[in-house]
Order: sequence, then C-alpha cells, then structure tokens
Amino acid sequence: MINIIREPLIFEISSPGKTAVRLPEMDVPEKKDLLADVPLRKEIEGFPEVSETELTRHFVRLSQMNYCVDFGFYPLGSCTMKYNPKINEKVAAMPDFTSGHPLLPEDLVQGNLELMKTLEKLLLEITGMDAITLQPAAGAHGELTGMMLIRAYHTAQGNPRKYVLIPDSAHGTNPSSAHLCGYVVKEIKSNERGTVSLEDLEKEMTEEVAALMLTNPNTLGVFESDICQIADIVHAKGGFLYMDGANLNAMVGVARPGDMKVDVLHLNLHKTFSTPHGGGGPGSGPVAVKRILEPFLPVPVIEEKEGRFHLNYNRPFSIGRVKSFYGHFLVMLKALAYILTLGPRGLREVAEVAVLNSNYIRKSLEGIYHLKYETPTLHECVFSDKFQKDYGVTNLDISKRLLDYGLHPPTMSFPLIVHGALMIEPTETESKRDLDLFIEAMKAIAKEARENPELLKSAPHVTYVRRLDEVLAARNPVLRWEKTG
Amino acid sequence: MSYIPISDRDKMEMLAKIGVNSVEELFSSIPENVRLKKDLNLPAPRSEMEVLDYFTEKGKKNDFSRYLHFLGGGAYEHFIPAVVDYLSSRSEFVTPYTPYQPEVSQGTLQVIFEFQTLICQLTGLDMANASLYDGATGAAEAILMGYRLKNKKRLLVASNVNPQYREVIYTYTKNLGLEVVEIPYDQSGRIDRAGLTASLNDDTSVLLCQSPNYFGVIEDVKSLAELAHNQGALLAVVISEPVSLGLLEAPGKLGADIVTGEAQSFGLPLSFGGPFLGFMACKKEFVRQMPGRIAGQTVDVEGRRGFVLTLSTREQHIRREKATSNICTNQAHCALRATIYLETLGHEGLKKLAWLNLQKAAYAAEQLTSLPGVSRKFSGPVFNEFVLEFPDRWEKIDKKLQEKGILGGLALGHHYSGLENCALITVTEVHHKEKIDAYVQALKEVLS
Repeated sequence: MINIIREPLIFEISSPGKTAVRLPEMDVPEKKDLLADVPLRKEIEGFPEVSETELTRHFVRLSQMNYCVDFGFYPLGSCTMKYNPKINEKVAAMPDFTSGHPLLPEDLVQGNLELMKTLEKLLLEITGMDAITLQPAAGAHGELTGMMLIRAYHTAQGNPRKYVLIPDSAHGTNPSSAHLCGYVVKEIKSNERGTVSLEDLEKEMTEEVAALMLTNPNTLGVFESDICQIADIVHAKGGFLYMDGANLNAMVGVARPGDMKVDVLHLNLHKTFSTPHGGGGPGSGPVAVKRILEPFLPVPVIEEKEGRFHLNYNRPFSIGRVKSFYGHFLVMLKALAYILTLGPRGLREVAEVAVLNSNYIRKSLEGIYHLKYETPTLHECVFSDKFQKDYGVTNLDISKRLLDYGLHPPTMSFPLIVHGALMIEPTETESKRDLDLFIEAMKAIAKEARENPELLKSAPHVTYVRRLDEVLAARNPVLRWEKTG
Repeated sequence: MSYIPISDRDKMEMLAKIGVNSVEELFSSIPENVRLKKDLNLPAPRSEMEVLDYFTEKGKKNDFSRYLHFLGGGAYEHFIPAVVDYLSSRSEFVTPYTPYQPEVSQGTLQVIFEFQTLICQLTGLDMANASLYDGATGAAEAILMGYRLKNKKRLLVASNVNPQYREVIYTYTKNLGLEVVEIPYDQSGRIDRAGLTASLNDDTSVLLCQSPNYFGVIEDVKSLAELAHNQGALLAVVISEPVSLGLLEAPGKLGADIVTGEAQSFGLPLSFGGPFLGFMACKKEFVRQMPGRIAGQTVDVEGRRGFVLTLSTREQHIRREKATSNICTNQAHCALRATIYLETLGHEGLKKLAWLNLQKAAYAAEQLTSLPGVSRKFSGPVFNEFVLEFPDRWEKIDKKLQEKGILGGLALGHHYSGLENCALITVTEVHHKEKIDAYVQALKEVLS
C-alpha cells in the first residue's frame, strides 16, 4: 500500500468544464419547451468535474488504502472471508447474463431461469430442505423473509403468536429481523458450555412463541449438539425452528440442517458459497424451508415444466414480494459456478479444512489468550483480552496492533456473551504459512502487551491513517462534503 | 479444486499439533444421527474450462439480444463507460469486508463518503446513507422511517408508485399493524388531488410518491410537500430513474423530507434485475431514524482527516431489536460503481445525459403518436418514459411487434384496470434515432 500520497475528495480536485466521458451528440430534433411547467435545476450544486486520468488515479489510490482478501488473511469471525474465485467473476460478467432486462418475456430468458432453478436444486440438496426462494438480498433480508413465512403460517392458523426466542449469543440482525416482523424478542441465556439450555428453552417455549431463531454452529463456533431435542421442544408447542445459516461453512457436506429438524434456514451466498463481499455488499440470502411453509414463499417462484421455465405469480398464500424482481442474479451465478467447481467432495473438504484451520489456531493460541468456553469448536473460536487486561490492553488495542503486522484483525467484541471478544474464523482457503504468520503475530503481540503495552495502545503505526476518533465522528457528524469559502 | 492451499503434509502436522488423529474427530460435536453418511447428490466437479462452457451454453438459451427493446419500469439500459468496469473490478474494491477496521479501509470509506455527498447533491437533502438493497426496499424503509418519526399508523402511497415497490411496502408493513392507503391517479397521470385530500388527515405519518412516477409522469412535488406538511405529515419521494435528477429540480429543494430510490441507472448493468442499488437521503433532523450504514468524517491521532462508519447506535449490531432497520450487508460495491459512474460523467455529463433522455423520449412519443389510433394516455409532463394507448389490447400488439424484433414496452393492464390497451415505453441515450424510427416503422406495419 502506498501511504505517502494523501488523496483528496473528488470534490476537492474538481474544476469546471472537465468530464471523463464523451456522450453521443443529439440526433433527434430538439424541443425547448418540453418541461415548461416543471421546476428544473440550473446546476447540481458541488457536483464534481474531473478528467479520465484524474478519475482513474483517484480510484486506484483509494483502492490502495484498502485491505482485502486478495491481499491477505481476513479472520473475521462469523463473516467467512474466504477466497473469491476469479472464474466466478468471469461468469457473472458474461453479456448474456449482464444485459437482460428483468421484465423480458419468459421465452427470451430461459437460460437465466434454468440457472436459477439449478442453483435452487443444488442448495436444497446441500441443506436437506424442501423448497427455497432466492429473492432475499442478504442474510438479514433472508432472516426477515424467513420470519415472515413463519408469521404467515401462524396467521393462517388463526394466531400469528407473539414471541420469538433468540439466544444471547445471536447476531444482532436476528432480534432486529424478528422485531421488524412484528414479534417481541425473548432472550435465552446460554449455559456454561455456551449453548442453549434445554431447561430454559422448555420454560420459555409456550404456544405464544412463534419460533426459535438459532445459529448453528453458534457464534462461539460451538455446534448445538442438542439440536434435535431443541427442535422437539419447539415443535411440541407448535413453533418453528429457524436456523441462521451464517456459519454453514462449518458443516457443508458433513451434515444438513434439513436432517436436524430445522424448518427455515437462510444461507449467505457471500459467505459459504464464496461470492465476494465487495466492501460490504451485495450479498444474497436465499431462504430454504420445509414443505409445510412452501405455500408462503415470496412471489414469483420458478417452476419447471417439460424443460421450460416459468415464473409463477399466482400463489394465494404467498407473503408477497420482499424485493424487486428475483434477487441478486449475478451473485447467484457466482455461487453456482462455485458449487459446480467443487462438487460434493470438494464442498465437504471446505468444512473439513475450515474446521481444521480453526482448531489449529485455537490450539496454537490457547494459554496465550483467554478462552472463556472450553467446549470444542468447529470453524471459529472466540478468545478474549482477559489476560492482556492486566496490562491495560484491550481487544481493540490487540486488533489495531495486528494491522501493523499487515494482518486484518478478528471480529471484535462479539458475541456479547464473551467480554472483550476476539472471534477468529480462518476459513479453508488459508495456507498453513498464512495461519502461522497470524499465530506468530498474535504471540508477539501478547508479548508486547506484557513488555510494552503502550505500543499496542497507540497502534496502528504504519497504516494510511492511525487510530481514528470515532467518538468525534458520532458527536459531531460530518456525513458529506460541503463547499467552504 | 476447492481453493484449499493445505497439503496432506500440512494436514498431518496440524492434526498432530491439535492432538487428534483425524479431521473426523473434530466433528464429534455433531451427533452421529444427523451426520451425512454419503456424498451429497451434486454434479461431479468440473474444470474451469468446463464451468465456462456450461455457462456459455446456458447463456445461449437466452434469446433477447436479437431484439430492440424499449423496456424500463424500474430497470434502465444506459451506456456504461469502460472506466467503470475497469476500476470497480480491482481486487481492493471487490474483496474487502465491511469497513469495520477504518485504518485499513479508507478507500471503501472515502468512496461511501463521496457517494453520500453525490446523493445529497442530487436529491437536495442534507444526509444520505451508504446504500439499501434496492428501490423497492428503499420505499418500504422510507415508509417505516416516516412512521417512526411521526408515530401515526396511517401511511399514504400513491397508486402510480412502481407496483413492485408497493408490493414490497405491503409485505413489510402488514405484520406491523399499519394502515397503508393507496391514492388514485388522475387523467394527467399524476396523484389525484381530490383523492389525496380525502385521505390525508392528521393521523397520517407520511405520503410516499414517485417522481417521475410509474407512468413516467413528473409529479408536482412542491405542492405535494405543502399538502402533506399542512396535515403534519412527511413527504417521501421515491425515484426509480435518477438520471432525471440531472435536469429536474432536486426534490429536497421542493420540500421532500425523505428521498429514496433505485440507482441502477448509475453504472449498473440490467443483470436480470440484480444486484441493484437502493439509496436514501433525508433532512438533517431525521438522520437518527435513518436505516443502514453511514460513513462520517473524523481525524486520526495525528490530526489527519479520515473516515469511519458512524451513528451506529441506530444499527442492529448495537441496538438489536431497537435498531432503525435490520439491514447489515448492503450494496457497497454497487454504490462504488455508481460513484465512479457519476464522477466520470461529472456535472456537465449528467446534465447532458438527462437532456438526451428527455429529447429522445419526446421524439419517440411524437413519432409514435403520429400513427393513427396511437395516443398519449396521460397529459402530464414526462422524462424518458411515457404511456401510450393503442387501438387494441397491448398484448396483441406486443406479440406482433416481437415478430418484427421489437420489444415495444411494458404491459400495464395486469397492474391497472382500464390500461389494458396501454404500454409503458422507455427511451434512453442508447436509442439512436434509427432505432426509434425502426420502432415507429414496425408499429406502423403492425397497425395497418
């Protein structure tokens, strides 16, 4: 990364009269009075004007300020930052797929529909579920969709019910999605193993509870071994078991949620199925269900009849649309390319090596960083800053110091049940050399914490900017550039 | 090929370090009875060449490239300069996570800050967020934001808002005990005044209109804002064709409180409908009810300017069920493309682009309506889309036009009764005069 050049905002290098593209000239007769009674703007105040050279350098310089998976290890727990294969990008950029209008007649887009249907079938086999929608845009959107399906079912039985149970280790989107679906969230405390307590669940599970939302393996990386008993308790009261599939990478090809009595499951194609995160999106969050919930899936659903594909909008029990058109088509193509490349054994190997890598890191850092739960873990492990606190060093300081070693830090301060958490998910696409680099850096930082804690507290030292004042940003929000003087 | 760089030898060393004999042992927490006993029933792995062949073959099953199309209605074909694809394809933009570690994410964060600024400049509002999924969920979020700000259960939505946006609004609101009321349209294609006045009362949180609306007609945003404000309600405007903002007065300057919409037009290919790009902007005083991520400016310990994600106490990872929205992953890379696109065009480019769209659509409308039996359905002013009425059901005419290689517009009859003979026609800068003339000639033949 080139940290010498301070790149201004585009607005600050703008000067009148420049543009980076030549548009075609008008080739129809112009009319002056078309919008006589409509308020028009004279200018777009502050809108930038740059040449193509300036534009290109601007974005190349900005890009060089970013850490990314193609640069190095990115062990963000529960984010599954695996390598993004380049063939997927090539497939998704093919003009046959990028140039189709979404409202073209079905006969003209049979290829697109067939690919979507194929992805649906493969995902159903991978998850062991019965029916699926590809429409949701991201994981949280999938959660909302899944909860809507559950609510629609209960409503059709005469009572939408009132509560949704969510373990205290859950990702924040779970309670937020349940709330947005009109439910009151009841938190279930984790037991000493970091898993759901069957006793507590039994106590909380009533006929006013619509569903339990469970992440499995949970955010500690611990598999909920009682999953079938959990499902039985929920089902006994007429509730549904919703599984957050954010951590599916831990068991793809090894075990299937559908075989664990899970009723609703969302997937993150941008995690398990290797599509890139793009600096925060777009993702894709398909939702798979058991047969009983199929009538409620969003419209349209893709149907296959004698080799032809058809979008069916005539679904009287459907919850309706959750977004425009059919979902993130290009993201779906990348996931499909990935599944076709790996095949069944390849997918199983993903889980196996993801779990191997995580346990290798866990074993290597045990005793150096505090591990609150000693329960065996799968694809991720959660340490804390408890040992380093003695020297006044927090998980934030450790994370910032990692940046000086050229490494991206783990997820910080989550899950909430581990104070000062450092949540590490290496994924299967890291080499032993890169894992060892991380382990050695973490060990060196633990030593620095004892010997020179100030070095950590003032980190990072070698990045493009150093530690940023987040309190100032929130207290005095400057959310856009404005012309001064 | 699983993109796994761990060799068998590495595996042995690592297992030894962990202290187990096999990888299998690491999965002992998964009960035996739920473990897969056989391979998944998936196709055998393919080589890279075979994967490419597979998609090439499926791509050929699409059969639209030989048609000349005039389709819009929420997804628009615009020219995308080469620099947009080139720069946005860089690994450093494609493969990072959400910028939670700002010191190594200044590229992404500065892009978001520039995107927010561009959206503010276009909409004439004070604050914008980092993106939402699309225009439809943006419309739903705007309605819910209006409800949170005013806390009144009555929400008005114009019936000439994109039907898909309205469907998503219903899906989002029906579980929350809110009352969504649709406002009819009049002969101009705009919101019907009498209908609006009858429904707008002091129990109303927000009025949502679209401009240009689904019929392509530009609404009188200023007077809608006045009417809404007089009843203590907010005005939210949703925009599906933001190229119009190169020409039309910013809705924020006309009194809109929230502006949301779809920015696919800004450098994103049609992509069979996704991923697209939702945006949202609002007045300063409403920012704490805004959904989604926001980037803000700050300084580092040496006093240098930098950017961070901020005001995150609105968001799900802090507030959980009390968050303003459940959104987490957004459309960051799409927003990057839009930022590059807008900065490529620049001030003069966007204005010229809007002018081209306006004039070409006007030319097409004039030429098409010169044919006997073809007329403009609505009298209101339009940008680059318009509704025509034909002497017969649109489906019949559409079919005959398709035989001549023309996809002449979108049917309206299945969403609006009484518009069975009508179609929504979209013309942008990609339609050279010859293409428009070809459409006119084909229609002439079809009608005669």
